[in-house]
Parts: sequence; structure tokens; C-alpha cells
Amino acid sequence: MLGYALRRLLLALPLLVGITFISFVVIHLAPGEPTEMQDGGDLSTRSDKQMRERLREEYGLDKPLPVQYWNWLTRLSRLDFGKSFGPDARPVLEKIGQRLPVTLLLNVVEMLIIIVLAVPIGVLSATRQYSTFDKVTTVFVFVGFATPDFWLALLLMMLFGVQLGWLPISGLRSLNWEYLPFLRQQWDFLSHLILPIGVATFGGLAGFSRYMRQSMLEVVRQDYVQTARAKGLAEGVVIGKHALRNALLPIVTILGLSLPGLVGGSVIIESIFAIPGMGQLMVQAVFERDYPVIMGNLVVVSTLTLLANLVADVTYGLVDPRIRVGRRRGR
Amino acid sequence: MRGFWRALKRNRLALIGGVVVVILVGIAVLAPRLAAWDPNRPDVNRILEPPSRAHLFGTDALGRDVLSRMLYGSRVSLAVGFVSVGIAVLLGTVLGAAAGYHGGLVDAAIMRGVDLMLVFPRFFLLLAVLAFLTPSIWTIMAVIGLTGWMGVARLVRAEFLALKEREFVIWSQSIGAGGLRIVWRHILPNAMAPVLVAMTLGIPAAILTESGLSFLGLGVRPPHATWGNILNEGRDAIEIAWWLSVYPGLAILVTVLSYNLLGEGIRDALDPRLRQGAGRIATRG
Repeated sequence: MLGYALRRLLLALPLLVGITFISFVVIHLAPGEPTEMQDGGDLSTRSDKQMRERLREEYGLDKPLPVQYWNWLTRLSRLDFGKSFGPDARPVLEKIGQRLPVTLLLNVVEMLIIIVLAVPIGVLSATRQYSTFDKVTTVFVFVGFATPDFWLALLLMMLFGVQLGWLPISGLRSLNWEYLPFLRQQWDFLSHLILPIGVATFGGLAGFSRYMRQSMLEVVRQDYVQTARAKGLAEGVVIGKHALRNALLPIVTILGLSLPGLVGGSVIIESIFAIPGMGQLMVQAVFERDYPVIMGNLVVVSTLTLLANLVADVTYGLVDPRIRVGRRRGR
Repeated sequence: MRGFWRALKRNRLALIGGVVVVILVGIAVLAPRLAAWDPNRPDVNRILEPPSRAHLFGTDALGRDVLSRMLYGSRVSLAVGFVSVGIAVLLGTVLGAAAGYHGGLVDAAIMRGVDLMLVFPRFFLLLAVLAFLTPSIWTIMAVIGLTGWMGVARLVRAEFLALKEREFVIWSQSIGAGGLRIVWRHILPNAMAPVLVAMTLGIPAAILTESGLSFLGLGVRPPHATWGNILNEGRDAIEIAWWLSVYPGLAILVTVLSYNLLGEGIRDALDPRLRQGAGRIATRG
């Protein structure tokens, strides 16, 4: 097992280097220079020539690209992501560190809700294929796939925020948060999370319940399920114990694979609901052409995804011994 | 092929999806004739008017007719959908074919590239690239296409791996046909089925992505009307003008739903074995 985990880790290392390379290329092969971008367009503040020179020096933009890349890498390895181009000029890592917990919290909660709901939905619609329940969930899946999350967000904001006035529609805390009693503070925070998490869960739920159904349908056809039935086990035990466990296996991988999608989705959700997370930081940085922040964001988010995939891979190997052995002979 | 049409015709949902897709293409082509108003002409006397007989879907903050803007917006969605998926499919097919046919080092290099691209949350990558480009419909198409080829590459590679061991390929190799000829004439036509499915399912995904970018204000720029940027204006007027948010979103929903129904129908009709959901993960997000 340890060998398997180590192999996965070794495979991930070149990807890590690749992440930094792509992030670097994205920014530097684009036409124009970041310092020129600073005063171009209607979105950013004008910077005078002196400022431009200073930036050029600070970021070594006058050196050849390989040198720049190497310098950037060595600084990255010391976790030095540079300073933001924004007026506050704070270290990028500090900015990201402040935002990351919010995005992680949202995504973890989303993921948990999705799993808790999608597994039973998938199992029920698979064990009752073509029943009314199955048909209703199929419709839900198709609609869920096709609904733009930002539209759903707008609709819910109109209904619960504007019309009914039940839920807040922006930020994580009310303005008067500090003056609220303790319990009200907790409710205030929670109520700010309901709409964004609800919206983010909706789309993911459609996909996961579909996968769960598919996976379950495949497992139910297997011989060992027939055997379990044949030896007289109750249907509940057959499904709950023998089938479900095996049907859950591929879900582990799919969870890992769909993580980039979920994290990417937080870009839109966070900017609609004005939630101070990584996604909102990214959008702001793009509007301000704050390129150290953009690069830092890209590197951090993709490295986290890589790590999550690694964890999913290793977990899969842990719960399914076939994988550890099977994958040894090249893929 | 006849079996394919028969199977597709039996699938009522796919048929409905197909009909709606055709209607949508028709609307996009005929937008200038269908639109009752100039989509870009402001009218200070008719700002944020609710739906009425003159303006079926109301007017926006500049007094422009929302329905007319949506009709023109459908052209953007359609163009972005088709072109960006075209780019993704072309790139994915070439790379997937090279990886699958050559194997060895070429395969390893290309597939590690695919792994690498898949590690980036797509929206973050899109935003990072767009930050350094002048936003226009062309850059949007290119960027969505260039970040969406990985699923196709995987599909095509898998097909090639299976097909290159088949008798008809080995036979052509034995009579001395060149590599390119074998790939182009013999393997590729047989590998197109999953690509067709990935294409049909890729178009709605691209449309969703484009509208998301436009909604953030980083996609196709105003005054060009797109469903996404009408929704963006809808957000600003959320407390007073529901029609700005409801209709464009509904249009996206119906469009994406129809393409998905059609795509799944094509998949089932082409090959029931593909029903296991091959293209899904590649196309969403």
C-alpha cells in the first residue's frame, strides 16, 4: 500500500512543476507586458512611467523568460508569491491565506450535503429503475445540468431576499454583527450561507445522483449480488451491504475528479453573493490586472486540486485492493 | 446508419431536443428579421419597463428591448458554442489520435499534458487567460476551446487504442499503407461516434461557460448583447426588474437542456454501450 501511495505521489510531482509552468506561460505569452496592462483599458488605474519601471525592476520583467521563470520558481519554493499590484501591496500569500478558509468551508459543506443527498437518491432510483421516483429524479438531473448556477442564484435572491426578505443576499455577516448576542451571531452567519451553498449544491447534486444511480445499476447486475440474494439475505441487506459498498467505490474517484469543477464554480457563486473567498479574489484580481495575485491564485488552487486528487487516488487504493495491483503494469 | 435514425426517432425526448435545437438555430439566423426593435438603440423614455405588448420581455436600464437583445444574444451563444467546441474537438482529436496510434513516449507526453490541464479548475484558468487578453467574442471562443479539449483527447485515444489492433488496420499496414493514410481513412471514421456525442454535449457546456463569463463581465462586452451580460444587468436591477433576470436565464436553460437531450439521444442511438456516461465528466465545468 505504501508503495502504491508513493508511486501516486511521484506521478504527482511532475504535475506540480507543470502547474507552475502553465501558470507562468499563461501570463507571459499573452500579448503585451503585465506592466503595460496596468494602464491599458478602462478597468485599471493609470500608472506613470516611473511606476512602470519600478514594477519592471521588482518583478525582473526585463530578464529573459527562462531566467524569470527560474527566479519565480525559487521564490515560490520559499512560498514567496510576491506582492499584490493593488494599492495595499500586501503579500499575495497573505491575501490568499485570508480567503482560502472561506472557499474551503463552502466547498467542504457543499460536498458533504451532495454526498448525503445523492447517495440515497441514486440508490433509490437504481433499485427502482423506471419507477415514478426514478423518472422524477431523471427530470431533476437534466434540469439541474442545464440550469446556470448564476441564474438560479438570481432567482433565489429575488424570491428569498427581495420578495420575502427571509435571507440575506450578500456577504457572510450582517453590518451589525458585532452587536448581536452570541446565538444571533451564529444564525446570522448560517443564514448568509444558506443561499450560496444551496445554489452550489443544486448543480453538483444532479451529477452525483446520476453517477450513483449508474454505479448502482452496474453493481446490482453482478454475480455476487445474485449470490447474496440466492443465499436468502433480505433485500435490504443485499442492497445496503453488498451492493452499496461496491457502488460507492467509483464515487471516490469521481469526487476527486469533480473537485476542480466545484472549486471553479465558487468563482461565480462567490462573486454573486459577495463572499470573500478565493473566487471573488480571482475576479477582482482579473479586473485590476493584479498579476501576482492571479498567478498565485492559479498555482494555489490547482495545487490543492492536485492534492485532493492524490488523496482520492490513495483512498481508492485503500478501499479497493484491485486498483493497487492492477495499476502496476502501466496505464 | 439506418438503425441509428430509427433508434433516435424512437427516443421522444431526444427528438424534442433536436426540434428545439433546430428552432434555436433558425432564431439565431433570422434574428435581424425577428427582432421588432434595434437591440442597441436606447430609449430614455422607456427605461426598465415591465413586459408589455410593445416590449414582450420588457426593457432594460437603457430602455432597450430585452426580447430583441435576447434574439441577437442567441447568435453569440450559438457561435461561441459551435466554434469553441470545433476548436476543442479538432485539438482533442489530433492529440488523442497521435497518443493512441503512436503509443509509447508520444502517448505518455500527451496524456500527462491532459492530466495537467485537468488539474486546473477551469474557471480559474479561463479568468487568468482572459485577464491578459482583450475581451472579444473571438478570444472567448479560442479560450473556451483551448481549455476544453481534454475529454475529447481521452475518448479518441481510447478508440484508437482499441481500433489499431483490429484486423482491417493491421491488414492495411501489411500492404504498406502510410501511417497518416491509415489514421485518416481507416481508424478515424470508425472513432467518430463518441466524438460526435462529445460535440453535442460540449456545445451546451460551452454556452454555459460563455454566459457565465459574460455574467461576470469578463465575456463578450456590452453593447454586444449576450444572454450572460443581460443577466449581469439583471443583477444590478434585481430589486426592480425581474424580467431582466428571468427571461435570459430561461433561454439558457432551454437551450442547454435541448442540446443535452439531443446529445444523450445520439449517444444511446449510436451505441448503447456508450450509455455508461463517457462524455459527461468531460463536458461539465
